[in-house]
Amino acid sequence: MIKENFKEKSIELSLRAISLSALLILIGIFFFLFVTGIKAFSEISFSDFFLGTDWNPISYNEPKWGILSLMVGTLMVTFGALMIAIPLGIMAAVYLSEIASPRIRELVKPTIEMIAGIPSVVLGLIGLLFLSPLIANIFGLSSGLNALTSSLIVGIMVLPTIISVSEDVLTSLPKEFREASLALGATKWQTIKMTLIPAALSGIVASVMLGLGRAVGETMAVLMVAGNSRAFPVSFFEPVRPMTSNIAIEIKEVVQGSLHYQALFAIGLVLFMMTFVVNFISDIIINKQTKKYRW
Amino acid sequence: MAETKEEKKQRIYFLIFKFSTLFSVLILAFVLLYVFLNGFGVISFKFLTSMWSHQNITEGGIFPAILGTLLLGIGVSIVSIPVGIATAIYLNEYSKNNFFTRMIKLSIRNLAGVPSIVYGLFGLAFFVSFLKFGTSLLAASLTLGCMTLPWVITASEESLKAVPNSFKEASLALGATKWQTIEKVVIPNSLSGMLTGSILGVSRAMGETAPIIMVGATFFISYMPTSIFDKFMALPYHLFILATQHSSPFAREYALGTALVLIVLIFGLNFGMFIIRYRIRKKKDW
Amino acid sequence: MEIENRIKSEFLSEKRVDGENIENSMLETKIKINNLNFWYGKKQILFCINLDIYSNKITALIGPSGCGKSTLLRCLNRMNDIIPGIVLRGQIIYNEINLYGQENNVVDIRKKIGMVFQKPNPFPMSIFDNVAYGLRVQGIKDKKKIEEIVRESLDKADLLEEVKDRLNASAFSLSGGQQQRLCIARALAINPDVILLDEPCSALDPIATAKIERLLVKLKKERTIIIVTHNMHQAKRISDYTCYMLNGKLIERSSTQELFTNPKKESTRDYINGEFG
Repeated sequence: MIKENFKEKSIELSLRAISLSALLILIGIFFFLFVTGIKAFSEISFSDFFLGTDWNPISYNEPKWGILSLMVGTLMVTFGALMIAIPLGIMAAVYLSEIASPRIRELVKPTIEMIAGIPSVVLGLIGLLFLSPLIANIFGLSSGLNALTSSLIVGIMVLPTIISVSEDVLTSLPKEFREASLALGATKWQTIKMTLIPAALSGIVASVMLGLGRAVGETMAVLMVAGNSRAFPVSFFEPVRPMTSNIAIEIKEVVQGSLHYQALFAIGLVLFMMTFVVNFISDIIINKQTKKYRW
Repeated sequence: MAETKEEKKQRIYFLIFKFSTLFSVLILAFVLLYVFLNGFGVISFKFLTSMWSHQNITEGGIFPAILGTLLLGIGVSIVSIPVGIATAIYLNEYSKNNFFTRMIKLSIRNLAGVPSIVYGLFGLAFFVSFLKFGTSLLAASLTLGCMTLPWVITASEESLKAVPNSFKEASLALGATKWQTIEKVVIPNSLSGMLTGSILGVSRAMGETAPIIMVGATFFISYMPTSIFDKFMALPYHLFILATQHSSPFAREYALGTALVLIVLIFGLNFGMFIIRYRIRKKKDW
Repeated sequence: MEIENRIKSEFLSEKRVDGENIENSMLETKIKINNLNFWYGKKQILFCINLDIYSNKITALIGPSGCGKSTLLRCLNRMNDIIPGIVLRGQIIYNEINLYGQENNVVDIRKKIGMVFQKPNPFPMSIFDNVAYGLRVQGIKDKKKIEEIVRESLDKADLLEEVKDRLNASAFSLSGGQQQRLCIARALAINPDVILLDEPCSALDPIATAKIERLLVKLKKERTIIIVTHNMHQAKRISDYTCYMLNGKLIERSSTQELFTNPKKESTRDYINGEFG
């Protein structure tokens, strides 16, 4: 009996120890980013870094370390992507959850999830070869490598996340809601608009936050279609250089341990903090959603 | 019966919604078709099985990249699947709702949201430099393994949750210990789901480029990787360089061909896993 | 010799005797519940339960939904342990040991106090493997022995005749009533001293129910049986003792005949007469 107990306890402890790995990795990521990135600030001032609009580490005269243009690039692409993905995504989610027949839903849901399975390089390739010449044509630009094209591509990548999560939230609402509304003479659309979407709102917002996180972190597809110019972007038709692409472009050229290397890690740290905050907020929202309708 | 104003509104809205959904599906169809139609011309036996020829790319093939991606897939599986399944078992079967558990779950959610390039930086700083593994297959497998871990855990948890509580109760009531119940009832009825879900996660990792740029992927090596400390070629990175930095007039075409191979590989794996899952689900009588 | 046997059979027969006292002196207490209080988080479910369960008898727990009878039953084999946040005060004495004493091994307790659940829950395995499960868990590897016990248990559960030619078929190929008898066979295989049944027939049709009721009456000769039931008629049909519970308290406990013909408490009378569900 004691031997059995010992075996049980040691199995539990081992599993417990293994599950620590997730926490350790997260801490590890933060730690290494921090330790390397913080060194950059021994030579670069905070205001230069966060408020400077020029990022030019390899300039001959005076290297510039301002990430503001890069940050704006990230925000523009993220914003643009969400502008596309949110309306499309929510409409598709509503359709799948409330209107489509179960057969259609069964066919379409996995199809949409497959979009999420397309590697970002491949989407970037299509953006590069097909979409950007198209955009250039439509808008009469010399080049289609700009924030607009990037927003479109990233929007496509974020779309499955929003559809999937929103649809799940809608489907999980109790059927009593629908029945009560219809029994009062409301149409299906009125039910959706006045009862279901408000009830699912937190979940939908959470899906948007998840999409936002993905958009901020997207690297390869943007890298291939964003144009990557260092100039401060003033319109969506201009090329941008989001933080993620910047790191990807420059990391292979830097000397390990150099200031440039450390500065790239500092940008990485900023990215990490941004996605961490976004995640934190969406966690709180999801918590609110599940507490609100504890059925 | 004539249509009321409300019903008309509904009809229009629903039509719009239907089109949004259709559009989303069409995106997938378009991407697949585009890559297929434009890349197909490059595919040949030589393309798939020869070594890469740096001077004249039409002479060579992408075999080393295919191999590199497959090796990476195996490496990522070894790193993430056992750890992920063990974590999922702990979370689903043993953990109580305390601070420790909440921290672990929070970490998993956060890890899933970390940008892939940040994983690359982490891999560079930790596996390549600190642990001195150098830019290698090992460093890349570990880096991508960390990235895949949250996915494996989530997929495995889903599978474990699907095992009905009544089985576990019946087992406990017969005097089985917790681990015996897990070993004899929970795992056999969830293992296939856990593995198929995990392999889906690994297939995503195989399509990643950003993390491997700086931890081991290279555009051209003249030899095949023979040890885990070697650099390696990989399909996504290869395709990226071809598309953006290669000067040959055939580069873009070859990029599309590479993209086609990558997509066939990943979607083939996905499809395979779905079929396996479907078959196993059908056989289950609960 | 004959006279001795006649006297013995008088005392040990199924015939009811007036008043409990004479019966009591021939009875052995299998489980003694002392001052049992039970909380689920902050909510108290059971209040000061004192109850003796007698050996080789069928004791029924009846009462309206939510009165705590299932909770009480699950305390007896410590199945409530798997729910987080429960608090239990009091004692449950079985064979002179307190089930909730520190030194006791839950796993061993469940080998002696078995349970059959409301909804039949066979494992997704063959009929044979289902019944053999409890044995394998105990480390028994002898194939012949396992086969012997499996067949014996299926026979005791009145199921062997119906399945003897297809022991390797999936348990789910059986009807609901058969599945429940399979679960009983599975519980019997580890030879428990006490069997707890939580509304075992509520998911079954009347014919299947009748078969199981006959089975239980047969089983009590060698074991002690405690059954939670929603169905007063079932309690009347098969149990020797009936306990009526309401809102977590044990209102009344007597021999079944006494309880149903001459209930002492008004609450009991109301329940039996159908004043409330």
